[in-house]
Amino acid sequence: MEYPANYQFTKEHEWALVENGTARIGITDHAQHALGDIVFVELPAPGAELTAGQVLGTVESVKAVSDIFSPLPGKVTAVNSQLAQSPELVNQDPHGRGWLVQLELTPGASLPRLLNAAEYAAYVAEEN
Amino acid sequence: MDLQRTPLFAAHRQLRARMAPFGGWEMPIEYSGILAEHMAVRRQAGLFDVSHMGEITVHGPKALDLVQHVCCNDAARLKIGQAQYSGLMTESGTFVDDLLVHKVTDTEYLLVVNAGNQSADFEHIQQHNPMRAEVHNAGPEFAQLALQGPRALEILKPLTPFPAATIPYYWFTRDSVLGIPAWIARTGYTGEDGFEIYCAPSDAETLWFGLLEKGRAAGLIPCGLGARNTLRLEAAMPLYGHEIDLHTIPREARLGWICKLSKGDFLGSAVLKQAQAQPLKRLLYGLRMLEPGIARDGYPVLHNGQAIGQVTSGAPAPALGANIALAWLPPEFKSGQEVEVQVRQRSLRAGIVELPFYRRAHAA
Repeated sequence: MEYPANYQFTKEHEWALVENGTARIGITDHAQHALGDIVFVELPAPGAELTAGQVLGTVESVKAVSDIFSPLPGKVTAVNSQLAQSPELVNQDPHGRGWLVQLELTPGASLPRLLNAAEYAAYVAEEN
Repeated sequence: MDLQRTPLFAAHRQLRARMAPFGGWEMPIEYSGILAEHMAVRRQAGLFDVSHMGEITVHGPKALDLVQHVCCNDAARLKIGQAQYSGLMTESGTFVDDLLVHKVTDTEYLLVVNAGNQSADFEHIQQHNPMRAEVHNAGPEFAQLALQGPRALEILKPLTPFPAATIPYYWFTRDSVLGIPAWIARTGYTGEDGFEIYCAPSDAETLWFGLLEKGRAAGLIPCGLGARNTLRLEAAMPLYGHEIDLHTIPREARLGWICKLSKGDFLGSAVLKQAQAQPLKRLLYGLRMLEPGIARDGYPVLHNGQAIGQVTSGAPAPALGANIALAWLPPEFKSGQEVEVQVRQRSLRAGIVELPFYRRAHAA
């Protein structure tokens, strides 16, 4: 599996792509693979304020419901509305078109240290 | 407790199946994906390793007496080579298990039971055997493969000398498949036509890979327990521990048809006869979600904001393009009525629908 070098990762298998005070959030390729066919995604309303580690939504596979945690603190500025019709995008392109939400990072908030791509790949390899 | 493995464990590894515990066994949950596997069984065919299922044989001149005593269906109606869906009953008329009873000879019956219940079933049968029939736990002697789907017959036909098309639904024969001695039963747990094939564990891998190879052109793929669950749910077939358990009587689970109170006394029959005169406390219903969201096992069902019942099984129904559930509701509810399912923080509308959710076009 390839993890993009400019992404950051959590041990809960979310990713964040931070650019200019905003962060795009999704679940990792490892996570989508472990979940299997994703059939439903529940996302927050735009405007919701999230702290790091707070549940931002749920991703449901045929068999199970998984909570998704926000890797970073911020306000939801956009959600991936395509997932309502096509939740399988999370399986097909987890790091791209299968993104979940976009956050405007809380100004001045201390940001948790996330894993870089190499650290995350090593963490996943160890977990297996 | 260590998980048990079927004789096909290495084959599942080789096919890169996702494995998980089920009923004390380490079983394949999916290979190519539950949705693809589900649709293969609805449109072409799927092959399942169900070797975790338990087998119990009952032998001797009292074999029928014992089967009749512990099971609620009427095994006396079976002819040699015929199978019957039945319930293994407690004295209270509730389910120790559900099972298939096969009449092998006049003095031998093969009971196929759920993996997680097989030792409890075996003990229960032995404890209720005053007629002293011979009871034998035959689980380790059988592997079981389920070949299911509209093309199952076409796949199996050239692989056995027995004219497979002549096996009626819920009948079986002892013959061979790909030269391997096998019992071929026209039974299944998917709502499709198909066969459950029993063989010696040492032959299982040859039979598994042989069937997959011979069936490939017809669209046959390996399928795991994930698809088995969504398939049986669409067909509204009960799963022990969900729709039926030690607290369920047959009628409330809409299984009155397997409970033959007229056959004479059996375990639980006195209680069930009394219950027959009483109104049901609850009844199993089919729900179809009317808003986006999936009802899962255990979620509360509400009506006008009041809790009235509980989901027993819920999942997406790939062949229907809807999310469905089975649920306990008060028996006065009717098809077409609306209820709500409490899906975590949200209360979602669901319609009561007729069961089964899915019915194949032509029964075998």
